[in-house]
Amino acid sequence: MSTRTIQGQKNLQDIRTGSPDGIGGSPLRPDGTLKVKGEFAYSSDLWHEDMLWGMALRSPHPRANILSVDISEAVKTPGVYAVLTHDDIPGAKFYGLEIQDQPALAKDKVRYHGEAIAIVAADHPETARRAVKKIKVEYEVLTPIVTEEQCLNPEVYGYVHEPHEFKSHGHGNICHSQKLVSGLGVTDEVRAMADVIVKGEYEVGMQDQAFLGPESGLAVPSEDGGMDLYVATQWLHVDRQQIAPVLGIPEEKLRLTLAGVGGAFGGREDLSMQIHACLLAQRTGKPVKIVYARDESFFGHVHRHPAKMYYEHGATRDGKLVYADARIVLDGGAYASASPAVVGNAASLGHGPYVIPNVRMDAIALYSNNPSCGAMRGFGAVQACFGYETQMDKLAVALDMDPVELRQLNAMSEGDYMPTGQMIDSPAPVAELLQRVKDMPLPPPLDLTNLDVRTLPGALSNTTHGEGVVRGIGYSVGIKNVGFSEGFDDYSTARVRLEVIGGEPVAMVHTAMAEVGQGGITVHAQIARTELGVEQVTIHPANTEVGSAGSTSASRQTYMTGGAVKYAAEAVAQALIEKGRKRYGWTHNDLSLIGGKVVSESAGALVSMVDLLGDDAIDLTREHHHRPTVPFDKETGQGFGHVQYTFCANRAVVDVDVELGLVKVVELTAAQDVGKALNPLSVVGQIQGGCTQALGLAVMEEIIVKDGKVRNASFTDYLIPTILDVPPIPVDILELPDPNAPYGLRGVGEAPTVSATPSIVAAIRQATGIALNRIPVRPEHLTGTL
Amino acid sequence: MEFLRPATWDEALAAKAEFPTALPISGGTDVMVEMNFDVHRPSAILDLNRITELRQWEITDGVVRLGASVPYARIINELSEPLPGLALAAHTVGSPQIRNRGGVGGNLGGASPAGDAHPALLAAGRDVFVEVASAARGTRMIAIDDFYVGVKRNSMEKDELILRVHIPVADGPQQFSKIGTRNAMVIAVCAFGFALHPKNGTVGTGIGSAAPTPRRAVAAEEFLQGVLAERGLWESGDLLGAEVIQQFGELVKAAASPIDDVRGTADYRRHSLAVMARRTLTWTWNDYSKQIRSAA
Amino acid sequence: MRVTFTANGKPVEADDVWEGESLLYVLRERVGLPGSKNACEQGECGSCTVYLDGVPVCSCLVAAGQVQDREVRTVEGLANEETGLDPVQQAFIDAGAVQCGFCTPGLLVQTHDLLEREPQPSDTDIREALSGNLCRCTGYEKIMDAVRLASARKCQKVGTSE
Repeated sequence: MSTRTIQGQKNLQDIRTGSPDGIGGSPLRPDGTLKVKGEFAYSSDLWHEDMLWGMALRSPHPRANILSVDISEAVKTPGVYAVLTHDDIPGAKFYGLEIQDQPALAKDKVRYHGEAIAIVAADHPETARRAVKKIKVEYEVLTPIVTEEQCLNPEVYGYVHEPHEFKSHGHGNICHSQKLVSGLGVTDEVRAMADVIVKGEYEVGMQDQAFLGPESGLAVPSEDGGMDLYVATQWLHVDRQQIAPVLGIPEEKLRLTLAGVGGAFGGREDLSMQIHACLLAQRTGKPVKIVYARDESFFGHVHRHPAKMYYEHGATRDGKLVYADARIVLDGGAYASASPAVVGNAASLGHGPYVIPNVRMDAIALYSNNPSCGAMRGFGAVQACFGYETQMDKLAVALDMDPVELRQLNAMSEGDYMPTGQMIDSPAPVAELLQRVKDMPLPPPLDLTNLDVRTLPGALSNTTHGEGVVRGIGYSVGIKNVGFSEGFDDYSTARVRLEVIGGEPVAMVHTAMAEVGQGGITVHAQIARTELGVEQVTIHPANTEVGSAGSTSASRQTYMTGGAVKYAAEAVAQALIEKGRKRYGWTHNDLSLIGGKVVSESAGALVSMVDLLGDDAIDLTREHHHRPTVPFDKETGQGFGHVQYTFCANRAVVDVDVELGLVKVVELTAAQDVGKALNPLSVVGQIQGGCTQALGLAVMEEIIVKDGKVRNASFTDYLIPTILDVPPIPVDILELPDPNAPYGLRGVGEAPTVSATPSIVAAIRQATGIALNRIPVRPEHLTGTL
Repeated sequence: MEFLRPATWDEALAAKAEFPTALPISGGTDVMVEMNFDVHRPSAILDLNRITELRQWEITDGVVRLGASVPYARIINELSEPLPGLALAAHTVGSPQIRNRGGVGGNLGGASPAGDAHPALLAAGRDVFVEVASAARGTRMIAIDDFYVGVKRNSMEKDELILRVHIPVADGPQQFSKIGTRNAMVIAVCAFGFALHPKNGTVGTGIGSAAPTPRRAVAAEEFLQGVLAERGLWESGDLLGAEVIQQFGELVKAAASPIDDVRGTADYRRHSLAVMARRTLTWTWNDYSKQIRSAA
Repeated sequence: MRVTFTANGKPVEADDVWEGESLLYVLRERVGLPGSKNACEQGECGSCTVYLDGVPVCSCLVAAGQVQDREVRTVEGLANEETGLDPVQQAFIDAGAVQCGFCTPGLLVQTHDLLEREPQPSDTDIREALSGNLCRCTGYEKIMDAVRLASARKCQKVGTSE
């Protein structure tokens, strides 16, 4: 650790939190007071006395050869300390989450609009901006490879990555593919078994995570030739694993500490400014801070994969699904990022939570000169859910059935099989979730006699006083996996320490889990209380001094790192009880720690933990590994690929101004099985937040890319929902324990983001009678003015 | 870069004369975005916050003399009766925080076709004037119809600053509608302002974000004025009829020359202008009819 | 240039301020008040909301030079050393309205202002008042709860003291 002062480091130190609430309660967030006082140090708040500001020069072209880079004028700018290009990188030149295909700084060519080419360190952001503008890059601009047709014909249109450019790539512009066949597959014979067939082509636009805290961090060089990096990320250890080789230093000399994270939603799973800040700090010997402005943020992280999808479903006259066929083409953009996992999810989850005897699926991710796409909340499953749920509504119309009843008729439940051949071996209350949202009371009907314009589509913009407003209702349900899949062991580590401080037993929890706002540290304190019978818990800053906690993604942190805290705390409890056995010769086998005492179920309280611990501390570290999974077979998609499944159902009520194509969501109801709500307040918050991002995708959020160029890299033109766009979101929580999971819990964060979008689109469809095969739905779609 | 902080209007004009490329800043809601995103690096920034008269308004002889920096929030709270159209437009500007800072002067100075105040000012009548001044030549009044000359260009000289806008007190109902793809905080995809001026038997229109400049729908105004006069509707307050309303919408639509951009297509802009024109005409006429009937 | 103003009741001074700097930058980087947040720097998110002479504004859109001799109150100035957290701050914690917390400082200032002006706002009034403050985590439901809670507590307090 650096010995120099860093401003506002209260959350970079231990945070003490006291409460009687263990799991199942909703104690207050340990970081809540710091956050409401403005004292919580986010990565962009860090300040060091002699720090410099880092900034990148980014390509204005999506595809070009770099003929030359002239930094001479930039270097001469007063206040500039370093200007670095690809040639200055001391170690590995490439990095990546799954495939090391991304250059730390572009060399010879740029592959997307916004790719970093050079970096500058200067004494003030404005000095850095002026210096960046003085770097002269000579480009040979090439026609970008951006459409599916162009990507799939590299011999005509070229390669995003030449076949020889990196080792794991040999499929033209296909980054990853996954096929799946189950039952008889989809053949003419199978089609003939269906009475009704519905088909459709669907499209999903490129969504952005739009976390509010911009990419940022502070790199501080240390005297041992290493580096301390304070950063907002989702996974400290995988950051370190990617950064250290580029810096040419061993991993142990690169120490990462989690600074305050202003939201993540997948967008911080890949590196952004980390390598650049470290390279500049390494070169200048000074601390370097980088903070992206909002426009740079749109270029600085990966987005949700846009998708083009073909779906076909066949059913019997009474509504039983006979077969389902799909092809999903995901645009992965210039670099692989998480594309392989996104494809795996799309293929394995892409037919939804339904029992379908015969299935075929073909999912691919393309390399293109569009912006790189990777992790965003619900990845792979979000895109597909819009496809299969739209199909379910179409099928209901074709069969003249109620859309909820059709879904319930085909809903999977415990004991059924996924198209991958994996049996669902824990509760899967799909039909019940649908019933619950259907049974919830509806909001009051549209009353056009007593209107507040703020409650209508257009709201303050005063576009309607009731004219053209039609109400619609839609339903949907979705499925998501929890945890990393396909044979990956994304274990988590936790260290728990128990000691007496100020006459009271205090548990300290130390993990590398990225608290990105989800409330993981609240839950860790609750678990420690439940397992150790204490009230006082100290949350140690997340850093790389402890083992990996895996990523804060895939709805996995409470399951995985929460599980690790549970096991470490159980081990500490056992160690304390052992100590008691040795000291007092207890023979009971019904001992546990409750209310600060060692308690025997049969004999009552035996001794206070304070007395038993004395001056000793018990400090143990445990890893939590989920049950193993296996990769999907490349051709058939078969395999026990996922750790756990999670389901959410929604009902959307919308008012649409059908003349202007403006939408106001009136209510968005969610029902979700969470296994066990460790913190009900946080669980509801996750579901409401997840629904809201789904609402954004349904009606407004899209990064508009034309010929590889991003057209709306700002919050002026990339719109996310305001409080006037988001309706009340009643949440109904089911708690059916999963016997395989710690406390029976089920990952929560993503399922609502998967499922809610189609319900909103279905409601708009009901109000307007328009097919709506593309999201986000724009006013142009609703008014025939595209 | 210089940062100039004149304490009086005369000092401000002197500063603008000395630094003609200085960028005036008041609410900062446009200027600072350009500074933060490195769009613009003026030689100097000319802060107008200390100049009292820019933040004042008064009504003299049936005309509101509105200081260029009176924030939109105050227009909404203090001027919704004399300037109902502008107050409605002000209510759609950015966010509450933006409305606490931004004023009409910024919209006029920037002259973006998307500025929310423009359609309301145009609709308020041909006798709306922008009062500008320079140290060298003193004050002059620019009629609103002569003010907008191109994309983000107005008819001001480099040494001039906007002091206030002169807007007649409304003598009839006024409306403003704006399209955005979310329910708050949007830049106009397109916007429409409409006003009835029963005293002189005219109507006012203003189209925003659907042409290189804000503009009025002249043919639509003339058509409607003709109908109102011919049929004696100003006096009777009788129904306009669906055909008139429809035709008015079509003429407003025809007056626009929008483009496709990330915020919307040209077709959608035309379509929605027609809808907004029909609706705002209907709302204002309904209000006007009620007034006539209750007066009778 | 040098800028002097009052921040949370105390005189502050910043030297070598670049003329194009925003009040937000000065607060965060020069006078040790990083509580106001830098999410968009274009007035679209409200995370940087502060009181300027008692009026809530986006500090990213105020030029540093414009605050000379004026009064700024930030999220750091909402709590009172003697009485502790402001009821709005406490309600945001209690209602679960804080997740990542990046939008929180701006929402607190904006809500504080709303309840000063209108102690018992309707839900629609709350939504209008907060429509310039983006939150990406919560879906706003818990924020609505927090504002209602703060309103109820403030009114109760007034009631009991009378």
